[in-house]
Amino acid sequence: MNALFFKITLICYFLGTLAFLAYLLAGKKETFSRFSLVATGIGFAFHTITLIARMFESGFVSLTHLVDAMAFFAWALVMVFLLVEFRFRLHVLGSFVLPIALISLLSGAVLPNEIRSPDTVMHMAWVYLHTALALLGAVGFAIAFLVGVMYLIQERLLKSKQFNNLYNKLPSLDLLDELNQKAVILGFGLLTMGIIIGAWGAGYVSGWVWDPRKIFSLAIWLFYLVVLHGRITVGWRAKKAAYLAIIGFIGVIFSFVGVDLVWKGQHSFL
Amino acid sequence: MDIIVVGLNHRTAPIEIREKLSISDAQLREALIRLKSCHGIDEGVILSTCNRVEVCAVVQQIQPGFQRIKEFFEDHHTGLSPEEWNACLYLYSADEAIRHVFRVASSLDSMVIGEPQVLGQLKEAFDVAMHQKATGVILNKVFRKAISVAKRVRTETKIAENAVSISYAAVELAKKIFGSLDGKEALLVGAGEMAELAVRHLVDNGVKKVMITTRNFDNAIDLAKRFDGIPLRLEEFPRYLAEADILICSTGAAHYVITEEHIDKAILRRKNRPIFLIDISVPRNIDPRVNRIDNVFLYDIDDLQLIVDANLEGRQKEALKAEEIVSEELTAINKWLKSLEVVPTITALRTKAEDIRRMEVAKFLAKLGELTPEQRETVEGLAASVINKLLHSPLVVLKDEARSENGALYAEAVRRLFNLDKDLPHHPHRTAYEKEDPADPGEEKA
Repeated sequence: MNALFFKITLICYFLGTLAFLAYLLAGKKETFSRFSLVATGIGFAFHTITLIARMFESGFVSLTHLVDAMAFFAWALVMVFLLVEFRFRLHVLGSFVLPIALISLLSGAVLPNEIRSPDTVMHMAWVYLHTALALLGAVGFAIAFLVGVMYLIQERLLKSKQFNNLYNKLPSLDLLDELNQKAVILGFGLLTMGIIIGAWGAGYVSGWVWDPRKIFSLAIWLFYLVVLHGRITVGWRAKKAAYLAIIGFIGVIFSFVGVDLVWKGQHSFL
Repeated sequence: MDIIVVGLNHRTAPIEIREKLSISDAQLREALIRLKSCHGIDEGVILSTCNRVEVCAVVQQIQPGFQRIKEFFEDHHTGLSPEEWNACLYLYSADEAIRHVFRVASSLDSMVIGEPQVLGQLKEAFDVAMHQKATGVILNKVFRKAISVAKRVRTETKIAENAVSISYAAVELAKKIFGSLDGKEALLVGAGEMAELAVRHLVDNGVKKVMITTRNFDNAIDLAKRFDGIPLRLEEFPRYLAEADILICSTGAAHYVITEEHIDKAILRRKNRPIFLIDISVPRNIDPRVNRIDNVFLYDIDDLQLIVDANLEGRQKEALKAEEIVSEELTAINKWLKSLEVVPTITALRTKAEDIRRMEVAKFLAKLGELTPEQRETVEGLAASVINKLLHSPLVVLKDEARSENGALYAEAVRRLFNLDKDLPHHPHRTAYEKEDPADPGEEKA
């Protein structure tokens, strides 16, 4: 049953991705835009059911496997997109969000995924909270990354005076920069809470031990702290902010997935 | 009884001829009275704008009608011989005439397709004609329909979207950079009609503060008054560059007034907040290399023209959809016009009366039970007699008026009084018509 729901989710996101890309590339085709939103909405509903069903199936909030973490990340990403769509009518964001959501859902299934019975440590409530917050933080950084990419595209179109279809669909630079800032603040806030809870829990259970994930996470946290500070003090906004959001998110991906592939340890998804 | 249009526009006639034939607002009432007094012309509306002069009329016969209106033009103007402008005239009748009115109202016949002014001008021309009692039941319907067609075109197509003037294209570009222009500041270097128009558009769209500098400081003061702005001396404006989100440059200088160095400094002080530069001077006054600086967006007059051309092309595409709407509405109004003819009205009235007679007789015969054939004949005779007596006079009047200019009016009245259109399936716009056609024609104006 759950596998079926998961498949429906995948199919909906796949169709949504196709429709969103068609919307991006085609002329003024209103049908694509409506269809893409409907497919995404249905996909999101099934995705939510899948996550809840999986929770009941395994008896606990399952986030500590990479496949689950990726699924949760994709779910939250789509949710944030739907919220932004309702608030700002920024339909074109879907053309960037949906492919990423689809890829993370698929890659969760493709990447090494040994079944491991949860340790007692990994079973504790603070671990779930810590992981969920960190993943939601990553969603914020992903949105910042995507609007950063959109910013750079729109900036290039404006500079080179190509007033084409894409130019018409992408929103103003100002809105993209504003969303970038909001997404980074959101991501930073969530990551901060995630780190605090993680540090407290780890200290409480087994004492503080440095490991590669902790080091990378802290580096990312510092990076975004500097990014936010730089925006206010020296004017790291607009194009520079877009670049920083892209660099930051590459780091985030590595800290979530890359670290596990290079180092194996207690503090990993695998 | 036919609808015709005689006129000329920006495509068929040069300005020298259009201006001679144009009818000013002051002359309009007198012209309408003269038009209405022409033999064979029942109704008329005169539309005179800077791009067109045309008369739409309801006439009894098409060819003589064309001739009357040509004579009307001849009476009106002085200084040109008819040969000079006769070739510029277009003559439309029946369907084509109505289609033309719809297209004019929808701005499909305009120099700049989709421009909004012509609809207002057409409404005004119609209002004046209505108050001069130059219009009747047919043109009232046609023009009200034309106005509603124009509104439909505007909402259902994108014909009026996107800028088609240089100065407005600048505003659209600014919005792609800043999102909203609320509270933004602009700096105008130089003067000139196009630059002032651009500033006017910017202010209308939310720009809060305008700084103005010209070579002659007095001019700057004059201009500043108009925009409630701040005049600056030419030598001090570089200091204010960093404050301006939008800079419009339009001077007669032969060299670059604004250099890379200026903008480099400004962007540093603005902490990377984007700056939007418009150079509408020829030769250019802003060094094109400033566009290479991050967060600086520079456009010259050719770039803006590029946007205008693209948008015009877009409007052409939308115009095709609009033409379909016009054709649809033309079919609808044709059905209504047909219903105005007297003969079908007479037939419909007779049929209705006959139906009522048959039904009522059947009902009462059933109530009376067994009757002798004579009694039966008497009852039927009674009903037929009442109906015939009652209808006699309306039918006679309708037949008499059929050829007069009031024929359509009588037919329409009879249709409404006897509720004949309920029985006619070919009248889909019944309710719309009633809404559009208030008892007091003055209501519309208010």
